[in-house]
Amino acid sequence: MTDIAQQASGQIIAKAPARRDIGIRRRYAAERRFRLYGVAAITFGLVFLFLLLWSVLSKGYTAFQQTELTLPITFSQEIIDPNNKRETDPQVLQTANYPVLVRNALAEKLGVASSNRAALRQVSGLFSDSARVELRDMVMSDPSIIGKTLPVTVLASANIDSAFKGQFDMTVDEASRKVSDQQVAWMDQLAKEGVLAKGFNTGLFVNGNSSRPEAAGLGVALIGSLYLMGIVLVLSLPIGVAASIYLEEFAPKNRLTDLIEVNINNLAAVPSIVYGLLGLAVFINFAGLPRSAPLVGGLVLTLMTLPTIIIATRAALRAVPPSIRAAALGLGASKMQTTFHHVLPLAMPGILTGTIIGLAHALGETAPLLLIGMVAFVANVPATPLDPSTALPVQIYMWANEAERAFVERTSGAIIVLLAFLVIMNLGAILLRRRFERRW
Amino acid sequence: MKSVSLTVAALAASVAFAGVAAARDQVQIAGSSTVLPYAKIVAETFGETFGDFKTPVVESGGSGAGLKEFCKGVGEDTIDIANSSRPIKDSELEACKAAGVTDVQEVKIGYDGIVFATDSGLPDIAFVPADIYKALAAEVVVDGKLVANPYKKWSEVNPALPDVDIAAYIPGEKHGTREVFEEKVLAEGCKETGAADVIKAAVSDKDEQHAKCVAVRKDGAAVDIDGDYSETLARIAANKTGVGVFGLSFYENNADKLKVATVSGVTPSVETISSGEYPVSRPLFFYVKKAHIGVVPGLKEYVEFFVSDQMIGPDSPLAEYGLVSAPDAEREEIRSAVEGGKTM
Repeated sequence: MTDIAQQASGQIIAKAPARRDIGIRRRYAAERRFRLYGVAAITFGLVFLFLLLWSVLSKGYTAFQQTELTLPITFSQEIIDPNNKRETDPQVLQTANYPVLVRNALAEKLGVASSNRAALRQVSGLFSDSARVELRDMVMSDPSIIGKTLPVTVLASANIDSAFKGQFDMTVDEASRKVSDQQVAWMDQLAKEGVLAKGFNTGLFVNGNSSRPEAAGLGVALIGSLYLMGIVLVLSLPIGVAASIYLEEFAPKNRLTDLIEVNINNLAAVPSIVYGLLGLAVFINFAGLPRSAPLVGGLVLTLMTLPTIIIATRAALRAVPPSIRAAALGLGASKMQTTFHHVLPLAMPGILTGTIIGLAHALGETAPLLLIGMVAFVANVPATPLDPSTALPVQIYMWANEAERAFVERTSGAIIVLLAFLVIMNLGAILLRRRFERRW
Repeated sequence: MKSVSLTVAALAASVAFAGVAAARDQVQIAGSSTVLPYAKIVAETFGETFGDFKTPVVESGGSGAGLKEFCKGVGEDTIDIANSSRPIKDSELEACKAAGVTDVQEVKIGYDGIVFATDSGLPDIAFVPADIYKALAAEVVVDGKLVANPYKKWSEVNPALPDVDIAAYIPGEKHGTREVFEEKVLAEGCKETGAADVIKAAVSDKDEQHAKCVAVRKDGAAVDIDGDYSETLARIAANKTGVGVFGLSFYENNADKLKVATVSGVTPSVETISSGEYPVSRPLFFYVKKAHIGVVPGLKEYVEFFVSDQMIGPDSPLAEYGLVSAPDAEREEIRSAVEGGKTM
């Protein structure tokens, strides 16, 4: 036995340097390969992120500009109130034919005769029908402007807007595109005279949804999403934190708490549409809350976010070293004082990060909102969380399904707004963590 | 401790919010995504014209889902109107009546044309229902026998058609459009090609005969699109030789990218559809819960406004968007039915 061992060891000593050399080269090569895989994986991810951002930004940046027409409009008495009855009948101002005022002003500018009906109809196609409401509101708030000529800015029609931004293929047959050659010629003429120009699209952030792309905005969706986030924050943060503190610090470790833990982890992975079904059954059909209301949406999203927040909070509580607890208990603090004075403040950055990530997740959800009626056309800005409303991702979904070309850029524009919100929220999470994080 | 009491206060506040749920002051509508754009235009114009009422809320989600919500019962937390791209089924009406929705008013708003379109780069195509049946049916008749569909190219189906692979993007089975496609194209083509007789000889049950006639091949040549027409458009953009099924209004809004095929020699347009020349069209409806009229503010006015010539006439914004107006006499009939409060 010993003889053989000695022989063997003697051989090893003799050949040792060569063998070690081979091993190192192989291991270095493996490490280089692994690094290469890592770089490849990151490049792959970055390329797709870049593609996503590029496709959204290149299509969407034009949505933040809107083509407008600024021209002097005569609020002619003959058109608004031909029989001079507005003192006795307020309905006259409500139903007057305001678009004709804009059409006449434009026709005069373009030199179109008032007898040429076909041309006048084409002139009407230049500006948005939303001018009706705009001019009506001007007249109703101050009837004394009837008879005067004032410079007014009205929106260009969606087709002219798309054509002006170069989104139509002008080489195809005139009959199969939405703007005629005459309208394009007028458009160029008006642009040269400075009547038609692109301005910042404030309406995109203020207006409710509309079937006219040029007047459609994210106003309702923004406020709806704000309500949703507010409700989710107010409900899920305290409930989630309270549940995790109890489970982590106070609850006995037995089969029941194990079962609860397994269930919470399972709930975090349940598809969000299931929460929508639950919301429809419990909050609308049983509790009788109104359909399409952000309150119901907020409650549903709260249920969806809770497991995420509980899991994050428990992880943050567990990360607080036991020595802190032991020291507090040793100095005579009660269990509750230990938790609220020492453990919770130290766990707060982790809890807030988890909450913000949960909120960002909820901000991007559409599926649970479908069943409770929030995927809807809503034009009126909701005053309370009980009024019908939509949310940002819902608005993106609805615009993506529209037929008009002008909604394509608006869809991407809405995605940019949503992405901006998500970036702000995630930045907030990172900043909070940097600012308050403690290392032991 | 402070944070705990704050939490309790916040919880109490949110519960109190729920308590003060005020009476609904807004019409609520749900249903067909085909009717949605029209209902949106009417809702918006309604909100602008009638200063006293809020703009109705129009949900999308499909005819079936809308009618299901509609038939849930009577009361503030149920919808007032269901949009539908097909007539209500007897089973749905029974479900309605069982839930206490006894008086349902049916309102026809006009017609929707269904067109076949290809990428604008392809040559003109003239279909007859038999071509589409032969290209897309699961089983076709060859030498008097039913066999699994052997055709790979349109030119094999009909030499006049282009020599490209068969790739059709048709509405998915939950779409309202699917039914029209089955009834007006496949069933029609089934009869024209004589397949109906062969099937009749083989199967005795009537329902089964029909099901065999409208069964679509599953080998990838016919693709069900469950999304909206914009998805079909994207498929056509990716596969330049594909044929897509669209609504007339969607096609007209994207006429610079698409080329429409004629069916039985007729080019689809508002005129040919309203005259009945173009064969593939369907009526569009909405259903009103009569118990809500007079309770929900604006409901009666909305329904009357919808059926006025200002909205569904030949020169209306809906016609401009692509709705095919019903003939004058029929519109008159619709209006008198609405005014008379005729129920089903």
